[in-house]
Amino acid sequence: MEFEKVKKIIVDTLAVDEEKVTMEASLKDDPGIDSLDSVELSMNLEDEFGIQIEEEKLAEFVTVGDIVNYLASLS
Amino acid sequence: MQKLNEILGTEFPFIQGGMANIATARFAAACSNAGALGVIASGGIFSAEDLREQIRLCRSLTDKPFGVNLMLMNPATDDMAKVIAEERVPVVTTGAGNPGKYISMWKEAGVKVFPVVAATVLAKRLERAGADGLIAEGTESGGHVGEMTTMALVPQVIDAVNIPVIAAGGIADGRQLAAAFALGACGVQIGTCLLASEECPIHENYKQALLKAKDSDTVVTGRSIGGPVRILKNRMTREYLMLEKKGASLEELEKLTLGGLRRAVNDGDVETGSVMAGQVAGMLHEIRPVRQIFEELYAGGISVLDAVQQEWG
Repeated sequence: MEFEKVKKIIVDTLAVDEEKVTMEASLKDDPGIDSLDSVELSMNLEDEFGIQIEEEKLAEFVTVGDIVNYLASLS
Repeated sequence: MQKLNEILGTEFPFIQGGMANIATARFAAACSNAGALGVIASGGIFSAEDLREQIRLCRSLTDKPFGVNLMLMNPATDDMAKVIAEERVPVVTTGAGNPGKYISMWKEAGVKVFPVVAATVLAKRLERAGADGLIAEGTESGGHVGEMTTMALVPQVIDAVNIPVIAAGGIADGRQLAAAFALGACGVQIGTCLLASEECPIHENYKQALLKAKDSDTVVTGRSIGGPVRILKNRMTREYLMLEKKGASLEELEKLTLGGLRRAVNDGDVETGSVMAGQVAGMLHEIRPVRQIFEELYAGGISVLDAVQQEWG
Protein backbone atom coordinates (compact mmCIF):
# COMPACT_ATOMS: atom_id res chain seq x y z
CA MET A 1 0.00 0.00 0.00
CA GLU A 2 2.85 2.31 0.88
CA PHE A 3 4.49 1.34 -2.39
CA GLU A 4 1.48 2.52 -4.38
CA LYS A 5 1.50 5.88 -2.61
CA VAL A 6 5.26 6.30 -3.03
CA LYS A 7 4.97 5.29 -6.66
CA LYS A 8 2.29 7.89 -7.29
CA ILE A 9 4.43 10.60 -5.65
CA ILE A 10 7.47 9.60 -7.72
CA VAL A 11 5.47 9.55 -10.95
CA ASP A 12 3.92 12.95 -10.17
CA THR A 13 7.12 14.59 -8.94
CA LEU A 14 9.54 13.32 -11.52
CA ALA A 15 7.27 12.82 -14.52
CA VAL A 16 8.53 9.26 -15.14
CA ASP A 17 6.73 6.26 -16.64
CA GLU A 18 4.73 4.31 -14.08
CA GLU A 19 6.11 0.94 -15.17
CA LYS A 20 9.66 2.10 -14.47
CA VAL A 21 8.90 2.67 -10.81
CA THR A 22 9.54 -0.69 -9.12
CA MET A 23 10.82 -1.56 -5.65
CA GLU A 24 14.23 -2.28 -7.18
CA ALA A 25 14.46 0.85 -9.34
CA SER A 26 17.50 2.95 -8.51
CA LEU A 27 16.67 6.54 -7.62
CA LYS A 28 19.86 7.81 -9.21
CA ASP A 29 19.79 5.88 -12.50
CA ASP A 30 16.34 4.63 -13.49
CA PRO A 31 14.18 7.65 -12.76
CA GLY A 32 17.38 9.72 -13.13
CA ILE A 33 16.82 12.36 -10.49
CA ASP A 34 19.03 15.35 -9.75
CA SER A 35 19.53 17.12 -6.44
CA LEU A 36 16.55 19.44 -6.86
CA ASP A 37 14.31 16.49 -7.76
CA SER A 38 15.32 14.69 -4.61
CA VAL A 39 14.53 17.73 -2.49
CA GLU A 40 11.11 17.99 -4.12
CA LEU A 41 10.53 14.28 -3.65
CA SER A 42 11.29 14.45 0.05
CA MET A 43 8.99 17.46 0.48
CA ASN A 44 6.15 15.60 -1.20
CA LEU A 45 6.77 12.48 0.90
CA GLU A 46 6.72 14.61 4.04
CA ASP A 47 3.42 16.17 3.03
CA GLU A 48 1.80 12.87 2.05
CA PHE A 49 2.89 10.83 5.07
CA GLY A 50 2.97 13.60 7.66
CA ILE A 51 6.56 12.80 8.61
CA GLN A 52 9.95 14.48 8.61
CA ILE A 53 12.82 13.09 6.57
CA GLU A 54 16.24 14.30 7.68
CA GLU A 55 18.54 15.46 4.90
CA GLU A 56 21.05 12.75 5.71
CA LYS A 57 18.41 10.02 5.72
CA LEU A 58 17.33 11.08 2.29
CA ALA A 59 20.84 10.69 0.89
CA GLU A 60 20.93 7.07 2.11
CA PHE A 61 18.04 5.95 -0.09
CA VAL A 62 19.33 4.08 -3.12
CA THR A 63 16.20 2.42 -4.46
CA VAL A 64 12.49 3.11 -4.42
CA GLY A 65 12.22 0.11 -2.08
CA ASP A 66 14.45 1.87 0.46
CA ILE A 67 11.91 4.66 0.73
CA VAL A 68 9.01 2.23 1.07
CA ASN A 69 10.81 0.19 3.73
CA TYR A 70 11.75 3.31 5.65
CA LEU A 71 8.16 4.51 5.66
CA ALA A 72 6.96 1.07 6.74
CA SER A 73 9.47 1.09 9.61
CA LEU A 74 7.92 4.29 10.93
CA SER A 75 4.38 2.94 11.19
CA MET B 1 7.76 43.97 5.26
CA GLN B 2 10.92 43.99 7.34
CA LYS B 3 13.86 45.48 5.48
CA LEU B 4 17.15 43.60 5.28
CA ASN B 5 19.02 46.35 7.15
CA GLU B 6 16.50 46.01 10.00
CA ILE B 7 16.89 42.23 10.07
CA LEU B 8 20.70 42.41 10.08
CA GLY B 9 21.31 45.62 12.00
CA THR B 10 23.26 47.18 9.13
CA GLU B 11 23.02 50.66 7.62
CA PHE B 12 22.23 49.48 4.07
CA PRO B 13 20.04 46.55 2.94
CA PHE B 14 23.09 44.98 1.27
CA ILE B 15 24.98 41.71 1.72
CA GLN B 16 28.43 41.40 0.20
CA GLY B 17 28.59 38.18 -1.85
CA GLY B 18 30.85 35.42 -0.51
CA MET B 19 33.39 35.28 -3.29
CA ALA B 20 35.88 32.44 -2.87
CA ASN B 21 39.55 33.47 -2.55
CA ILE B 22 38.49 37.13 -2.70
CA ALA B 23 36.24 37.86 0.28
CA THR B 24 38.84 37.65 3.03
CA ALA B 25 38.30 38.70 6.64
CA ARG B 26 39.82 42.11 5.84
CA PHE B 27 37.55 42.68 2.85
CA ALA B 28 34.49 41.51 4.79
CA ALA B 29 35.38 43.87 7.66
CA ALA B 30 35.81 46.74 5.19
CA CYS B 31 32.33 46.08 3.77
CA SER B 32 30.80 45.84 7.26
CA ASN B 33 32.50 49.06 8.33
CA ALA B 34 31.13 50.72 5.19
CA GLY B 35 27.55 49.85 6.15
CA ALA B 36 26.71 46.53 4.44
CA LEU B 37 26.98 42.99 5.77
CA GLY B 38 30.53 41.89 5.01
CA VAL B 39 30.88 38.16 4.43
CA ILE B 40 34.00 35.99 4.74
CA ALA B 41 34.10 33.36 1.98
CA SER B 42 34.98 29.83 3.10
CA GLY B 43 35.68 28.84 -0.50
CA GLY B 44 39.45 28.94 -0.79
CA ILE B 45 39.99 28.34 2.94
CA PHE B 46 41.23 24.83 3.54
CA SER B 47 40.65 24.03 7.19
CA ALA B 48 38.11 24.82 9.85
CA GLU B 49 40.85 26.31 12.05
CA ASP B 50 41.90 28.70 9.26
CA LEU B 51 38.28 29.77 9.05
CA ARG B 52 38.20 30.34 12.82
CA GLU B 53 41.26 32.56 12.49
CA GLN B 54 39.58 34.58 9.73
CA ILE B 55 36.42 34.98 11.84
CA ARG B 56 38.45 36.26 14.80
CA LEU B 57 40.45 38.60 12.56
CA CYS B 58 37.22 40.02 11.11
CA ARG B 59 35.82 40.52 14.60
CA SER B 60 38.96 42.43 15.59
CA LEU B 61 38.57 44.74 12.58
CA THR B 62 34.90 45.63 12.90
CA ASP B 63 32.30 46.00 15.63
CA LYS B 64 29.54 45.76 13.00
CA PRO B 65 27.65 42.58 12.06
CA PHE B 66 29.36 40.30 9.55
CA GLY B 67 28.85 36.82 8.15
CA VAL B 68 30.50 33.73 6.73
CA ASN B 69 29.61 32.13 3.42
CA LEU B 70 29.88 28.38 3.76
CA MET B 71 30.64 26.78 0.40
CA LEU B 72 29.04 23.36 0.78
CA MET B 73 31.29 21.58 -1.70
CA ASN B 74 34.33 22.28 0.51
CA PRO B 75 35.63 18.98 2.00
CA ALA B 76 35.95 20.60 5.44
CA THR B 77 32.31 21.73 5.45
CA ASP B 78 31.16 19.73 8.51
CA ASP B 79 33.93 21.14 10.71
CA MET B 80 33.52 24.64 9.31
CA ALA B 81 29.80 24.54 10.09
CA LYS B 82 30.69 23.73 13.70
CA VAL B 83 33.23 26.57 13.89
CA ILE B 84 30.58 29.01 12.64
CA ALA B 85 28.31 27.92 15.51
CA GLU B 86 31.12 27.92 18.12
CA GLU B 87 32.28 31.39 17.16
CA ARG B 88 28.67 32.60 17.13
CA VAL B 89 29.09 34.34 13.79
CA PRO B 90 26.14 36.76 13.43
CA VAL B 91 25.07 35.53 9.97
CA VAL B 92 25.79 32.57 7.72
CA THR B 93 25.05 32.42 4.00
CA THR B 94 25.54 29.18 2.10
CA GLY B 95 26.32 28.26 -1.47
CA ALA B 96 26.46 25.27 -3.80
CA GLY B 97 24.04 22.92 -2.10
CA ASN B 98 21.60 22.17 0.65
CA PRO B 99 22.66 23.24 4.19
CA GLY B 100 19.54 21.72 5.83
CA LYS B 101 21.40 19.47 8.24
CA TYR B 102 23.32 22.37 9.85
CA ILE B 103 20.45 24.78 10.35
CA SER B 104 19.29 23.66 13.80
CA MET B 105 22.86 23.77 15.16
CA TRP B 106 23.32 27.31 13.86
CA LYS B 107 19.97 28.50 15.16
CA GLU B 108 20.80 27.18 18.65
CA ALA B 109 24.00 29.25 18.54
CA GLY B 110 22.03 32.35 17.55
CA VAL B 111 23.40 32.45 14.01
CA LYS B 112 21.03 33.91 11.41
CA VAL B 113 20.83 31.60 8.39
CA PHE B 114 20.43 32.84 4.81
CA PRO B 115 20.97 30.06 2.25
CA VAL B 116 21.49 30.94 -1.39
CA VAL B 117 18.89 29.26 -3.62
CA ALA B 118 18.48 29.11 -7.38
CA ALA B 119 15.04 27.42 -7.51
CA THR B 120 11.80 27.42 -5.51
CA VAL B 121 12.05 23.74 -4.55
CA LEU B 122 15.11 24.27 -2.38
CA ALA B 123 13.62 27.54 -1.11
CA LYS B 124 10.58 25.71 0.29
CA ARG B 125 12.73 22.96 1.75
CA LEU B 126 15.00 25.42 3.57
CA GLU B 127 12.10 27.48 4.86
CA ARG B 128 10.77 24.28 6.40
CA ALA B 129 14.24 23.52 7.83
CA GLY B 130 14.22 26.88 9.63
CA ALA B 131 16.14 29.35 7.45
CA ASP B 132 15.70 33.00 8.51
CA GLY B 133 15.63 34.21 4.93
CA LEU B 134 16.77 33.22 1.45
CA ILE B 135 19.10 34.73 -1.09
CA ALA B 136 17.53 34.10 -4.49
CA GLU B 137 20.43 34.25 -6.89
CA GLY B 138 19.94 34.48 -10.62
CA THR B 139 22.25 33.20 -13.30
CA GLU B 140 23.49 36.75 -14.02
CA SER B 141 25.86 36.31 -11.07
CA GLY B 142 29.52 35.54 -11.29
CA GLY B 143 31.06 32.25 -10.18
CA HIS B 144 28.82 29.25 -9.50
CA VAL B 145 25.38 29.87 -10.97
CA GLY B 146 21.98 28.26 -11.46
CA GLU B 147 19.78 28.35 -14.55
CA MET B 148 17.09 30.90 -13.70
CA THR B 149 17.39 34.65 -14.13
CA THR B 150 16.93 37.04 -11.21
CA MET B 151 13.86 38.56 -12.90
CA ALA B 152 12.10 35.18 -13.13
CA LEU B 153 13.44 33.62 -9.93
CA VAL B 154 12.95 36.29 -7.25
CA PRO B 155 9.15 36.77 -7.50
CA GLN B 156 8.59 33.02 -7.74
CA VAL B 157 10.66 32.37 -4.61
CA ILE B 158 8.80 35.18 -2.83
CA ASP B 159 5.47 33.58 -3.73
CA ALA B 160 6.70 30.17 -2.60
CA VAL B 161 7.81 31.09 0.94
CA ASN B 162 6.85 33.29 3.89
CA ILE B 163 10.35 34.36 4.94
CA PRO B 164 12.33 37.39 3.71
CA VAL B 165 13.94 37.05 0.29
CA ILE B 166 17.08 38.84 -0.84
CA ALA B 167 17.74 39.28 -4.56
CA ALA B 168 21.14 38.53 -6.06
CA GLY B 169 22.59 38.44 -9.55
CA GLY B 170 22.74 41.37 -11.94
CA ILE B 171 22.68 44.22 -9.42
CA ALA B 172 25.25 46.97 -9.84
CA ASP B 173 23.38 50.28 -9.97
CA GLY B 174 20.28 52.06 -8.71
CA ARG B 175 18.02 50.88 -11.52
CA GLN B 176 18.69 47.26 -10.67
CA LEU B 177 18.33 47.89 -6.94
CA ALA B 178 14.94 49.54 -7.56
CA ALA B 179 13.95 46.56 -9.72
CA ALA B 180 14.88 44.17 -6.90
CA PHE B 181 12.66 46.13 -4.51
CA ALA B 182 9.88 46.11 -7.12
CA LEU B 183 10.17 42.31 -7.35
CA GLY B 184 9.55 42.18 -3.60
CA ALA B 185 13.06 41.61 -2.27
CA CYS B 186 13.87 42.98 1.20
CA GLY B 187 17.43 43.72 0.13
CA VAL B 188 20.15 42.60 -2.24
CA GLN B 189 23.39 40.67 -2.31
CA ILE B 190 26.06 42.19 -4.52
CA GLY B 191 29.39 40.76 -5.60
CA THR B 192 30.68 41.73 -9.01
CA CYS B 193 30.34 45.49 -8.50
CA LEU B 194 32.45 45.19 -5.32
CA LEU B 195 35.32 43.64 -7.29
CA ALA B 196 35.95 47.09 -8.74
CA SER B 197 36.65 48.61 -5.34
CA GLU B 198 39.77 50.03 -3.73
CA GLU B 199 39.50 47.56 -0.86
CA CYS B 200 39.01 44.43 -2.95
CA PRO B 201 42.17 42.30 -2.62
CA ILE B 202 42.30 41.06 -6.21
CA HIS B 203 45.22 41.67 -8.57
CA GLU B 204 45.21 44.94 -10.49
CA ASN B 205 45.02 42.98 -13.78
CA TYR B 206 41.75 41.39 -12.60
CA LYS B 207 40.29 44.83 -11.89
CA GLN B 208 41.44 46.17 -15.26
CA ALA B 209 39.90 43.16 -17.03
CA LEU B 210 36.59 43.99 -15.34
CA LEU B 211 36.76 47.66 -16.33
CA LYS B 212 37.41 46.64 -19.93
CA ALA B 213 34.62 44.05 -20.06
CA LYS B 214 31.41 44.67 -21.94
CA ASP B 215 27.96 43.16 -21.41
CA SER B 216 28.50 40.03 -23.47
CA ASP B 217 31.98 39.23 -22.18
CA THR B 218 31.00 36.59 -19.63
CA VAL B 219 30.42 32.92 -20.47
CA VAL B 220 29.35 29.90 -18.46
CA THR B 221 31.81 27.03 -18.33
CA GLY B 222 31.19 23.60 -16.83
CA ARG B 223 27.51 23.07 -17.75
CA SER B 224 28.36 19.64 -19.21
CA ILE B 225 29.86 18.45 -15.91
CA GLY B 226 27.12 19.87 -13.66
CA GLY B 227 29.24 22.71 -12.32
CA PRO B 228 28.31 25.87 -14.20
CA VAL B 229 30.57 28.85 -13.47
CA ARG B 230 30.22 32.35 -14.94
CA ILE B 231 33.53 33.80 -15.88
CA LEU B 232 35.09 36.48 -18.11
CA LYS B 233 35.99 35.23 -21.59
CA ASN B 234 39.69 34.59 -22.10
CA ARG B 235 42.04 32.09 -23.69
CA MET B 236 41.18 29.47 -21.07
CA THR B 237 37.39 29.75 -21.49
CA ARG B 238 37.64 29.51 -25.28
CA GLU B 239 39.61 26.30 -25.01
CA TYR B 240 37.34 25.01 -22.23
CA LEU B 241 34.12 25.58 -24.17
CA MET B 242 35.61 23.98 -27.26
CA LEU B 243 36.58 20.89 -25.25
CA GLU B 244 33.10 20.78 -23.69
CA LYS B 245 31.53 20.74 -27.15
CA LYS B 246 33.70 17.79 -28.03
CA GLY B 247 32.48 15.98 -24.93
CA ALA B 248 35.71 16.16 -22.95
CA SER B 249 35.94 14.32 -19.63
CA LEU B 250 35.81 15.92 -16.20
CA GLU B 251 39.55 15.28 -15.76
CA GLU B 252 40.48 16.99 -19.02
CA LEU B 253 38.33 20.00 -18.20
CA GLU B 254 39.53 20.31 -14.63
CA LYS B 255 43.12 20.46 -15.84
CA LEU B 256 42.29 23.83 -17.38
CA THR B 257 40.69 25.35 -14.29
CA LEU B 258 42.82 23.82 -11.54
CA GLY B 259 44.04 26.71 -9.38
CA GLY B 260 42.67 29.10 -12.02
CA LEU B 261 40.83 31.40 -9.63
CA ARG B 262 43.89 31.82 -7.42
CA ARG B 263 46.06 32.48 -10.48
CA ALA B 264 43.70 35.27 -11.54
CA VAL B 265 43.18 36.73 -8.06
CA ASN B 266 46.74 36.55 -6.72
CA ASP B 267 49.00 36.51 -9.78
CA GLY B 268 46.90 38.60 -12.13
CA ASP B 269 46.89 35.88 -14.78
CA VAL B 270 43.80 37.00 -16.69
CA GLU B 271 44.76 35.02 -19.81
CA THR B 272 44.60 31.47 -18.48
CA GLY B 273 43.17 32.10 -14.98
CA SER B 274 39.51 32.01 -13.92
CA VAL B 275 38.33 35.64 -13.89
CA MET B 276 34.96 35.08 -12.29
CA ALA B 277 32.45 37.90 -12.81
CA GLY B 278 28.74 38.46 -13.30
CA GLN B 279 26.97 39.92 -16.32
CA VAL B 280 27.10 43.40 -14.78
CA ALA B 281 30.88 43.47 -15.35
CA GLY B 282 30.16 45.69 -18.37
CA MET B 283 28.71 48.34 -16.03
CA LEU B 284 31.92 48.81 -14.05
CA HIS B 285 33.82 51.89 -15.21
CA GLU B 286 35.87 53.01 -12.22
CA ILE B 287 37.47 51.78 -9.03
CA ARG B 288 35.67 53.28 -6.03
CA PRO B 289 35.88 52.83 -2.25
CA VAL B 290 33.24 50.34 -1.05
CA ARG B 291 31.55 53.06 1.02
CA GLN B 292 31.00 55.10 -2.13
CA ILE B 293 29.68 52.06 -3.99
CA PHE B 294 27.10 51.41 -1.27
CA GLU B 295 26.07 55.09 -1.00
CA GLU B 296 25.69 55.53 -4.75
CA LEU B 297 23.81 52.25 -5.15
CA TYR B 298 21.36 53.10 -2.38
CA ALA B 299 20.83 56.74 -3.37
CA GLY B 300 20.49 55.65 -7.01
CA GLY B 301 17.87 53.05 -6.12
CA ILE B 302 15.75 55.49 -4.13
CA SER B 303 15.86 58.16 -6.84
CA VAL B 304 14.88 55.60 -9.49
CA LEU B 305 11.90 54.55 -7.37
CA ASP B 306 10.88 58.24 -7.10
CA ALA B 307 11.30 58.77 -10.83
CA VAL B 308 9.21 55.68 -11.65
CA GLN B 309 6.50 56.87 -9.27
CA GLN B 310 6.51 60.29 -10.98
CA GLU B 311 6.34 58.80 -14.45
CA TRP B 312 3.91 55.96 -13.91
CA GLY B 313 2.31 56.48 -10.47
